[in-house]
Amino acid sequence: MGASPTTLRLTLHVWRQASRDLPGAFEVHHLEGISVDMSFLEMLDVLNEGLTSQGREPFCFDHDCREGICGMCSLVINGQVHGPDQEITTCQLHMRHFADGDTIVVEPFRARALPVVRDLVVDRSAFDRIIAEGGYISTDAGSAPEGNALPISTAAADEAMDAAACIGCAGCVAACPNASAMLFTAAKVSHLAQLPQGEPERERRVLAMVERMDREGFGGCTNERECQAACPKGISVAHIARLNREFLRSSVLGRS
Amino acid sequence: MSPTADRRLDGRCPSGEMASRWTRHKFDLDLINPANRRRFHIVVVGTGLAGASAAASLAEMGYRVSALCIQDSPRRAHSIAAQGGINAAKAYRNDGDSVHRLFYDTVKGGDFRARESNVHRLAEVSNQIIDQCVALGVPFAREYGGTLANRSFGGAQVARTFYARGQTGQQLLLGAYGALMRQVHAGRVTLLPRREMVELVQVGGVARGIIARNLISGEYERHAADAVLLCTGGYGNVFRLSTNAQASNVTASWRCHRRGAFFANPCYTQIHPTCIPVSGDHQSKLTLMSESLRNDGRVWVPSLAGDERPPSDIPEGERDYYLERRYPSFGNLVPRDVASRAAKRVCDDGFGVGATGTAVYLDFADAIGRDSRAAVEGRYGNLFQMYEMITGEDPYRVPMRIFPAVHYTMGGLWVDYNLQTTIPGLFALGEANFSDHGANRLGASALMQGLADGTFVIPATITAHLAGRTVEPVGPDAPAFGEAEAAARERDERILSVRGGSTVSTLHRELGLCLWNQVGMSRTEQGLREAIGRVRDLRERFWNDVRVPGEANHLNPSLEHAGRLADFLEFAELLATDALQREESCGGHFREEHQTGEGEALRNDEAFCHVAAWEHDEGGAVRHEEPLSFEEVHLVTRSYK
Ligand SMILES: Cc1cc2nc3c(=O)[nH]c(=O)nc-3n(C[C@H](O)[C@H](O)[C@H](O)COP(=O)(O)OP(=O)(O)OC[C@H]3O[C@@H](n4cnc5c(N)ncnc54)[C@H](O)[C@@H]3O)c2cc1C
Ligand code: FES
Repeated sequence: MGASPTTLRLTLHVWRQASRDLPGAFEVHHLEGISVDMSFLEMLDVLNEGLTSQGREPFCFDHDCREGICGMCSLVINGQVHGPDQEITTCQLHMRHFADGDTIVVEPFRARALPVVRDLVVDRSAFDRIIAEGGYISTDAGSAPEGNALPISTAAADEAMDAAACIGCAGCVAACPNASAMLFTAAKVSHLAQLPQGEPERERRVLAMVERMDREGFGGCTNERECQAACPKGISVAHIARLNREFLRSSVLGRS
Repeated sequence: MSPTADRRLDGRCPSGEMASRWTRHKFDLDLINPANRRRFHIVVVGTGLAGASAAASLAEMGYRVSALCIQDSPRRAHSIAAQGGINAAKAYRNDGDSVHRLFYDTVKGGDFRARESNVHRLAEVSNQIIDQCVALGVPFAREYGGTLANRSFGGAQVARTFYARGQTGQQLLLGAYGALMRQVHAGRVTLLPRREMVELVQVGGVARGIIARNLISGEYERHAADAVLLCTGGYGNVFRLSTNAQASNVTASWRCHRRGAFFANPCYTQIHPTCIPVSGDHQSKLTLMSESLRNDGRVWVPSLAGDERPPSDIPEGERDYYLERRYPSFGNLVPRDVASRAAKRVCDDGFGVGATGTAVYLDFADAIGRDSRAAVEGRYGNLFQMYEMITGEDPYRVPMRIFPAVHYTMGGLWVDYNLQTTIPGLFALGEANFSDHGANRLGASALMQGLADGTFVIPATITAHLAGRTVEPVGPDAPAFGEAEAAARERDERILSVRGGSTVSTLHRELGLCLWNQVGMSRTEQGLREAIGRVRDLRERFWNDVRVPGEANHLNPSLEHAGRLADFLEFAELLATDALQREESCGGHFREEHQTGEGEALRNDEAFCHVAAWEHDEGGAVRHEEPLSFEEVHLVTRSYK
């Protein structure tokens, strides 16, 4: 890596908030000796270790797999959802993307439907409730036909997979000026709409999921495309267009 | 059952012809009529593949279910991270596969340390699992004609692995999660995320509920039930660094063990050969690079110990392709345990590469030269990208550096054929049980087992428990709940009150290092004895010097981590003790004292063809044996030469 430094000095502004109902504020911390090989969350681990050793409380943040698949990590870093790099989650961001002496601002995802639980942790249970309305195919265990009974073209399987890759992190909501959950909802609708197995519940699904999305307090979609830009899995707004078509079609058919 | 075996260790395996055992067993089990099922409440702890599929399937049958998980949503369980695929005996490729062959491969791959009856059942239901997942909308890879695609995985001679890009676990879990959420919507499942089970509650020796800590509010909650299912995953994080998610733990299993559930084969841990090596003390997890890379990558180290030249400066003649040299017929595709030990050995001998000397090269230059860069990119593009993101190096130009890492645990709570532990009413499913994988798990078979247990086995076997007894109603104000809640509360208070000088992470790191060095890929009597001493010291240090900030009445990740570490510190001793007592090498368990002249694992079937199941006792764990017999697959020595 040539002459670039192998460790960094950083100034961090990190959001502290004791609970949902109490006001929060930024706290400033200085770190030294941060290896460029660390991940962003490992840098926060170092910060938390330091705080703990000083008898202070560490910052709460969500994380689990630390490899970009569980959707547990969140964070807005210097104003960007999941940080400055494209198509990755916060846990995949590495410190070599920062420079010695940088100031980094770390905030929770912010949206009315995603209230802060503590510090950098937010409540994303609204996503589960949207899925509960119909983000599945209703087949009881034991009743499935033989796996190859219904052929599916590679194109349909691929497109379904593109949509199904959503990790439910809610970065799309945090990035959207309207705090809309359209990309998340559309990804599931689109995944299931491409598959013959999804057909019987096609109309009911999209109507129920969209209604729930609205009821949860997410904003409307005005085609800002910020969601696509922030999505760590590169999920395309083309799925939103498909949701809109599905919604229109289902409303016209009047089945729900 | 042999007369010396413990009565509680009756595996309840059916006898007779292997291929019809499961069918006959299901017929022999009592049933509960659909209208009566709603009278029963079942607590399912964990929502990975095993838990989500169990909760959904039981609710579909009409049982009332509560499902708990640590994460904020069931969709985030560790199962989500599985990459490679899921096995089934569909034989779609016309390549001679069959239920019998999958059964045979799994028994042999497990180095003859699993129950034949269980493994056969697993192979049998594997096909139904694929059908079910397809019906749930899992976007498996397809052939051009629209049928399901397969690949060969982990050195298997048939192509029986189904996959969804490199995200098979994610897609399977999202399928199971969807089925679960459907039941939540129907009001049959109560979802309890951000909860951690901290105690088991028994009434009259039968599991009747749990105490869970609400991780947000800190409250201790009482959940009464007619049966409890542990689907809480594996304990790989006892080594601290592993490919597991950060929250993976042994707590639920361990608390049940302390209350009477036997723990089987804790020393069977799987170390995966292809992971990104540790880069420094700050390291929080190890990232798996899919096993499929060994299909095209060649593993090597410099022939000269301590050679510090960059790999491109080391001429062909000064490289040691040690797997190809030692295992000419399997080469780079030897099973996981064999490849891992070989890497360790070359590094121990000073041939390791990279800044820390604990890595070997996985080189794609030949594959790129032979098939083109585009072809290699087509096969492994996303893995190469992931590697570059983490290490900052371009694997198309510079060989990857890889090293083994803890990945999966074959040991777990002892269960009988019905998946019931030694505590009546307590069942263990998925990676949490001691499972069907013997001493070594084959690639793409953990996902299969999780879904088999949850979707097809437990719905049939739980009735044997519920129908077989009059279940007295027990409410959350029963004294047993009060006692268990007090124990949980007290424990957390004790941890918080130490206010010492060592952070939880520091202590966990020390535990992990000790286990990795002495209870990892290669074990000796002396090393194990030392490790046991070291673990005891660390345990004492924990209780005298741990520092956990904050209180118990709010979201407090340090306290959660401390509780899990406290259990790992107890469990680690059992793991090392089991390794010490198993005087043989088998699968992932390698005792240096027991190897062939060529350094290969040497089983001792005379003395150790059994499951070791440990009973908790404050005075020291007691070892029991469940003998294993092999009627269909004959005991042979694995050879990959
Ligand atoms: C990187 C990686 C890749 C893998 N790839 C493959 C593969 O390609 N094919 C394959 O077959 N296998 C693979 N495996 C193995 C496989 O993923 C796991 O063995 C399997 O998913 C375990 O599933 P499970 O349902 O038993 O547990 P998990 O998925 O680990 O779920 C555990 C659940 O229990 C909950 N839990 C734990 N403790 C508590 C508690 N005390 N209280 C409340 N809830 C609790 C958790 O919140 C979670 O919901 C891979 C593993 C890893 C690490
Ligand atoms: S921690 Fe799982 S996606 Fe970041």
